[in-house]
Amino acid sequence: MDRLALDVAHLFAGGLVLVSFMLLYQDRMFGLLNMFALHAFVVSLSVAWQAHIQLAPHLYITAGIALIVKAIIIPVALHRIIVRLGIHRTIETVGGIGQTMLAGIGLVALSIMVMLPITAQSGTLTREDLAFSLAVILLGLLMMISRRNAVSQIIGFMSIENGLILAATAARGMPLVVEISVAFSIIIALIVVGIFLFRIRERFDSVDVHALEQFRGGQP
Amino acid sequence: MALILDALVQFAQLLLVLSIAPLLTGYVRKVKAHLLRRRGPPVLQPYRDLLKLIRKEVVLAHNASWVFRVTPYIVFATTLIAAALVPTFATGLVFSPAADLIAIVALLGSARFFLALAGLDIGTSFGGIGSSREMMIASLAEPAMLMIVFTLSLLAGSTQLSTVSTFMQGPEVGLRVSLGMSLVALIMVAIAENARIPVDNPATHLELTMIHEAMILEYSGRHLAVIEAAAALKLLLYFSLISCMFAPWGLAIAGQGFGAFALGLGIYIAKLAVGGFMLAVFETAVAKMRVFRVSDFLGAALMLGLLAAMLLFVSRGA
Repeated sequence: MDRLALDVAHLFAGGLVLVSFMLLYQDRMFGLLNMFALHAFVVSLSVAWQAHIQLAPHLYITAGIALIVKAIIIPVALHRIIVRLGIHRTIETVGGIGQTMLAGIGLVALSIMVMLPITAQSGTLTREDLAFSLAVILLGLLMMISRRNAVSQIIGFMSIENGLILAATAARGMPLVVEISVAFSIIIALIVVGIFLFRIRERFDSVDVHALEQFRGGQP
Repeated sequence: MALILDALVQFAQLLLVLSIAPLLTGYVRKVKAHLLRRRGPPVLQPYRDLLKLIRKEVVLAHNASWVFRVTPYIVFATTLIAAALVPTFATGLVFSPAADLIAIVALLGSARFFLALAGLDIGTSFGGIGSSREMMIASLAEPAMLMIVFTLSLLAGSTQLSTVSTFMQGPEVGLRVSLGMSLVALIMVAIAENARIPVDNPATHLELTMIHEAMILEYSGRHLAVIEAAAALKLLLYFSLISCMFAPWGLAIAGQGFGAFALGLGIYIAKLAVGGFMLAVFETAVAKMRVFRVSDFLGAALMLGLLAAMLLFVSRGA
């Protein structure tokens, strides 16, 4: 039974890393949104399973918040924003997709190499989840720096937050107040970002952040 | 006595794969035709094609060297040996101590090498295009295949296929995300290696994006028959490989009685039927990719293989 519990937790956490890679692989905007919804869904499954095996019922609320806010509300809202902005639907990456994936593999290796030695005294579950959550966070950062489009940078930012939730549940959960305030700040961030997107679009006729660089001053 | 029995089992498996490989190809074609609401050629058509091709005379180009003439036989022989190493209905083959999964990959790789040489040998532009594309696929598919092999052998503690499939039947496999990833990666590699639809189209000679058919365009007569037989054998080999590594239930263990062998054989045929049906459905449902997307497709397979090995390292380190 204990063995099965560990295996299922491993399955969900590893699945989250895999979905992070699928986020990097996507080259269509709506595909990216669907993938992000899947990412949040896997996080909520993982958190719910941790709630079950750690006998920590407040984690179910965390899972519920992740499911409702990040797997349903945010993807639907971003979907509407994309339709209203009328931006074109392919995503330009800075390097090629292949190079980004290779860099991602390197980051996963790095997070495993870093996390496994420094958590040597902790339980198996904590070690695995910390390693995987660091990988998810680094992959989210990679996504933010390797995409030109503001919408996919937002998706990268939100996937970092999913990684943080995984890390927090692995470390025996976090207080509910913190979780709720994080969820609210994510929603506020979405609203701010949405307004920001419309402003960028009004001014530059594009959500490519490359257009911002010519206003930086100094060198061209 | 036991050795003779084992040798008999090995020989029976060899004959089995040799005899039902064209049947599998015909079956997949038939299912695909039915899915398109056509009648399709009879299931036994590949046998008739082979017989007819063997009786036809060989037309050789003037500048064909010996490489072109020996390639069909080398390709067929290496594929047949590789197929004989994969357990189909019983484990514990006589040949299996001699060669493991890495040897199977190497055998298939050398078959591919000779086929690419033969494509270049005549000097036509089509052959050259086919060879260069085949090499592009190989440069990604073979590392992906090796990563899958490493993942499975790390888990099972051996690169022997019989040991791997016995381990996969056992209780200590558990639920592992690495296994799921390597299964998906293996299926992607198998699709690319057998020139099936998202990567190449096995049903046509007349397309600018063809890969396998471009290399063998100049072959005729018995040479073509041998190459076609090797292609059918390779498809069967990949089916057997997937089923003995990821669905090994019903494999007879060496030393069991005749009843176990008969049961294993029936289950094997059923697995092939299910697998062939799924392949046909998949091929009907997806569209062929552009050649330049193939590297993305196989890159994803390689990535999955790498990730599977790495995640395994985490759960092992624990």
